[in-house]
Amino acid sequence: MKIENAKKLCLPLSAAQIKDLHKGDVVLLCGTIYTARDQAHKRIAAAIKENKELPFPLQNAAIYYCGPTPAQSGQIIGSCGPTTSARMDAYTPLLLEHGLKVMIGKGVRNDVVTQAITKHGAVYFSAIGGAAALYQSTVRSCELIAYPDLGCEAVYKLTVEDFPAVVTVV
Amino acid sequence: MKRIDAEIVKQKLTELITDCLISPDKAVTDALENINTDSALEKTAAALIVENNRIAEEKRLYCCQDTGQAVFFVKLGDETVCPGLEDAIQSAVREAYKTARKSVADPITRKNTGDNTPAIIEYFIERGECLEITYLAKGAGSENMSRLYMLTPADGETGIINSVVDAVERGGKNACPPLVVGVGIGGVTESACMLSKRALLRPIGQNNSRADIALLEKEILKRVNALGIGVAALGGGLTALAVNIETAPTHIGMLPVAVNLQCHSLRHGSVKF
Repeated sequence: MKIENAKKLCLPLSAAQIKDLHKGDVVLLCGTIYTARDQAHKRIAAAIKENKELPFPLQNAAIYYCGPTPAQSGQIIGSCGPTTSARMDAYTPLLLEHGLKVMIGKGVRNDVVTQAITKHGAVYFSAIGGAAALYQSTVRSCELIAYPDLGCEAVYKLTVEDFPAVVTVV
Repeated sequence: MKRIDAEIVKQKLTELITDCLISPDKAVTDALENINTDSALEKTAAALIVENNRIAEEKRLYCCQDTGQAVFFVKLGDETVCPGLEDAIQSAVREAYKTARKSVADPITRKNTGDNTPAIIEYFIERGECLEITYLAKGAGSENMSRLYMLTPADGETGIINSVVDAVERGGKNACPPLVVGVGIGGVTESACMLSKRALLRPIGQNNSRADIALLEKEILKRVNALGIGVAALGGGLTALAVNIETAPTHIGMLPVAVNLQCHSLRHGSVKF
């Protein structure tokens, strides 16, 4: 599907690229994103506090709040739309302090997170909630990289192409 | 006395669950396809959801990754027996969710139950010979934004309207709009909540058969769509597709109002035996 006025953006984003974004811009993301939701955030935050190794480098990273359905035979990944970002608000300022630059999810962020995003020159994109089959078709590769015991809440490294999202906090 | 084989119930429910998880209610897709909006962003969001539902159908993919906690409404006749019915329902969930997401966990330890059980089952005993089971997949995004308001009789209709609008205003952006807003009014706390969930099953566009309640539904729908949340919460006029109110008599000193929000991935279906 062709989206009018959509800007192609390749991850990781530079400070200049983020500065150039405006609320409401429709973008098509390409590159590496890491899935993490409630329990993965809890573990990542604990690892930061205890100075332990992180599942992936946070510097300039992009996190996608997502817990996919299991991949069926022949599939790279199952359905993989965004989950509610607000549940990650409690952990987000800490992750931003450690270099996180891009977050993708659905719904609103609280004031503390919004301010932290601006302070750290980061960006929050809204993906379309419930469009999990559409997002499945944008994933080119998927690798389980951490916390396999968490099932759908494990951390997956995804390569995406033309992943539609909307700039929501910048 | 009618006797129904639980194994057949299990098979039929397994198929029903999978079909529902792939194809959301057609009325939602139709409404998004025919959206009338001045906002380019809202139009794009609606087109993306329509495209999503098309891809899901074509590739037999789940339309949403949150395949939900399984909720069942069981109408059982008092002249019908189905030994092992409850086990059959739970087994169907276990079977169908083998390929779907396991989204059910212990509330304290957060340890996943591993097979998406237990399902939530509500039973209604009816007269005669019948067994009808309705399935609803309930995701966390919209369920989390649901609320219960314990109003007083003095709050009246204004209080009801304000409560429903408040629930949508506070939670609608996180609940994957356009929404179906289920409202349960009356009874005690849990009956209001159960009514609000059952209200989600009513076909979109069909108002309550009581004229005074239908008027309330229309008034609230207008107010909710004036909030400006819009499709995918990107701003616009289509925040809700319907407001469905169900009522039950309540105590002279009470006015419970439960609001259950349903995302646009409205996945439900029924099977009769």
